[in-house]
Amino acid sequence: MTTQSDMTGVSRRGFLRATALAGGGILLASYAEPLEALERLGLHTGLPPMADPMLSAFVRITPDGIVTITSKNPEIGQGIKTMLPMLIAEELDVDWANVRVEQADFDPTKYQAQIAGGSTATPTNWLPQRRVGAAARAMLVSAAAAQWNVPAAELETEKGVVHHRASKRSATYGSLASAAVSVTPPDLATVPLKDPKKFTIIGTRTKTVGLRDILMGKPMFGIDVTVPNMHYATFVKSPVFAAKVASANLDAIKAMPGVTHAFVVEGTTNLQGLMPGVAIIGKNWWMVQQARKKLVVEWAAHPTSQQSSAGFAAKAAEFFAGTPQRTIRNDGDFDAAITGAAKVLKAEYSYPFISHAPLEPQGCTAHVTADKCELWTTSQTPQGGRALVATTLGIKEEQITMHMVRAGGGFGRRLYNDPLVEAAWIAREAKVPVKLLWTREDDLQHDMFRPGGFHSFTGGLDASGKLIAFRNHFATFGEGERFAPSADIGPTEYPARFVPNLKMDVSVMPLGVPTGALRAPRSNALSFAFQGFIDECAVAAGKDPLQFRIDTLKAEITPTAPLTPQQQAGQMDAQRVIGILEKAREVSGWGKTKLPKGTGMGCAFYFSHRGYFAEVVQVTVSKAGDVKVDKVWAIGDVGSDIINPNHAEQQVQGAAMDGMSQAYGQEITFTAGKVDQTNFNNYPMLRIRQAPPIEVHFVKTAFSPTGIGEPALPPVVPAMINAIYAATGKRVRQIPLSKVDLKWS
Amino acid sequence: MPITLKVNGTPRTLDVPPDMPLLWALRDELDLKGTKFGCGIARCGACTVHVNGVATRSCNTPVSRVATADITTIEGLSPDGLHAVQQAWEELDVPQCGYCQAGQMMGAAALLAKTPKPTDAEIDTALNTNLCRCATYIRIRNAVHRAAEIKSGAKPAVGGSTPSKNGSPDNR
Repeated sequence: MTTQSDMTGVSRRGFLRATALAGGGILLASYAEPLEALERLGLHTGLPPMADPMLSAFVRITPDGIVTITSKNPEIGQGIKTMLPMLIAEELDVDWANVRVEQADFDPTKYQAQIAGGSTATPTNWLPQRRVGAAARAMLVSAAAAQWNVPAAELETEKGVVHHRASKRSATYGSLASAAVSVTPPDLATVPLKDPKKFTIIGTRTKTVGLRDILMGKPMFGIDVTVPNMHYATFVKSPVFAAKVASANLDAIKAMPGVTHAFVVEGTTNLQGLMPGVAIIGKNWWMVQQARKKLVVEWAAHPTSQQSSAGFAAKAAEFFAGTPQRTIRNDGDFDAAITGAAKVLKAEYSYPFISHAPLEPQGCTAHVTADKCELWTTSQTPQGGRALVATTLGIKEEQITMHMVRAGGGFGRRLYNDPLVEAAWIAREAKVPVKLLWTREDDLQHDMFRPGGFHSFTGGLDASGKLIAFRNHFATFGEGERFAPSADIGPTEYPARFVPNLKMDVSVMPLGVPTGALRAPRSNALSFAFQGFIDECAVAAGKDPLQFRIDTLKAEITPTAPLTPQQQAGQMDAQRVIGILEKAREVSGWGKTKLPKGTGMGCAFYFSHRGYFAEVVQVTVSKAGDVKVDKVWAIGDVGSDIINPNHAEQQVQGAAMDGMSQAYGQEITFTAGKVDQTNFNNYPMLRIRQAPPIEVHFVKTAFSPTGIGEPALPPVVPAMINAIYAATGKRVRQIPLSKVDLKWS
Repeated sequence: MPITLKVNGTPRTLDVPPDMPLLWALRDELDLKGTKFGCGIARCGACTVHVNGVATRSCNTPVSRVATADITTIEGLSPDGLHAVQQAWEELDVPQCGYCQAGQMMGAAALLAKTPKPTDAEIDTALNTNLCRCATYIRIRNAVHRAAEIKSGAKPAVGGSTPSKNGSPDNR
């Protein structure tokens, strides 16, 4: 069992500072070190290691008893603006109904890491945010103890009130707040935390902060930002990534109605930064689009103008016919074992590039003057955005102010700050405040795509059906030992560690397409291939696929070459996997239901972002080959507590349907260096008619809680594919399903 | 040439090209930001408004076509934000990011006006072109049923945070 401090990187130097509020009340600023915890989880913030403790969160209590809590992270629909304040409110011991939440602007000097990525918010804030609340509570209790001249240990708190039961005295936090200012704040590292059995907010289904405003259509998203004298911009980039503008009919465009500016942006070669293009600006976004229709650009020749999906597939086939470029793991003797195997399986799997397609297209509002740059952004990584804007515009980071605005979905797309740097550049060039808004076509064709990939598997079973040899040759993208973003694989990919003779081979081809992290990066793709092929092994072994997985997990081997400490630290816990698989078996009725031909159940598990998920999918495939998901059972182990079950359940259901959507129809292809798809008419995403019931179960374990935005996605894709096999006997080795013939009779 | 639109019961005069889609007139000229842009080709439903009570994609509806019509946006769905669908959406806490939800609610409200007790299949048909990228579909479906109950006079279920310690499956 891991202790909580191991999981979260507890601050040892945190402390609090209290300030009186005008009109009475207290403002608590806490200092802590969450940065260190983030780095330990492998998420590099780009911030320097902390020389001095920094302000990281605020609690404000006014005499009326209202507690205002600042939420520091970007809200992209994951519910963080509800969850982080819940942690503080729990330990503060206040009535949630009296809590108000404010969104922080970007300010790492106050808040340290402000990021929505890697499912890191829970593990990095679980203890630090609770400590803030606990320390504030301790100060209020001290103030009451001083007033009543009783030992603090005799006092209790409940829902924002301090009680001294013996003398039947009580006082509200609001009435104590001003007095608490002069109390010496406790050491955050040692302030006692609640017994989890006494939680009244953590673990309670809590509604979305700001729900009413969403339902009334109040302006709150990036696209809704309005500033004085705001102009609207569109930015036209080359369909062949990063090609420069050779010529453009700017004079004609400038003469179009409603257009105020049109100019060429030279751009950079950074595929995640400012790419070359043409900016058109005007007083109404639609009129700017009308002008765009008349734009004639000649794009300069570019070396990637011949790359294509067909070319990538041909290169992968070439790799598979030859010797792999390198081996990243080699246990036992694969060649000897496969020669002696009773049964040998070979299969090739592939999956396409896909786009994030958050419903709110990319955009940013910028106001740049001679010495200042103000941005309104939906970025998931505002600090990366600030650095990119500063570098590209040649200004200092201190000159940049960033307001964090609610995003209409993220899914990893807004980890990249290309829209910020475009907006800032265009606004400076035009000398007017500018709202940049991409079209859907811009968004779909200029993504940091989830890279496609190709896998050639070989599996060997002994006479008893045990998996004794396994090889994966992964044909992916990169150069030398460097993988393209999110096109990577590690040496601990299951079934590594559990097969005595195993080889993980890799070959990379160059890529001129921007790629990046999409919800559960790399895992969302690798899961399909690995958990699909493992299913094939189970079937070949004549074993129940769920039990086959459990059996492998019970036979851990000693690696031939030792792993680095970092690789070991990130390894999955086989016992936790077995726990969720057993629960999946129980709740889904796995193996107990006799299903008619055309209907079948499949299972899969996956460990990613420190979270464990097993999923069972039941599908019905019509004779015409149409796949309907009848039901999904999703079983997760993300530790001891589900902070907000209301949102956790939604994240799991959403992630599962996200994976279903990828399996069904999402695919980005390239021809002559350009994306073929344009909009939702040819990039189909899951609709309500395809939405099945999804049962969510959590297995609570003693581990410190971890995040839930991502890990529920990866297993659903292979579980669906494995269910199709169970239903029809047809093994799907290539997604999306829209390209696969599943007719049966 | 100026054009007068009747939006949420109020005549609004604007000077825009006749082929400007209603969406951009609402958002950028009348400052009604609740109606959202998602695709521009009527394939996502984020821009759904009511035109004479009918759920309509405002992104490909020119203002000239709706000059004499009653236009209702999310801001005008109810004076106090307490239309049955808004109550149901709140009770079930439907949104994740929330970006598509105005369109979803406008679609649901139009459905309920015609079909007071829709089946799952009727809901799916009516809302199948309303994309929710976060996939809140299960709660959307349940919320439409709940809104139907509220409209027919059923009392709201226990509101606020349900004091449940577990993530209970909310599929029907």
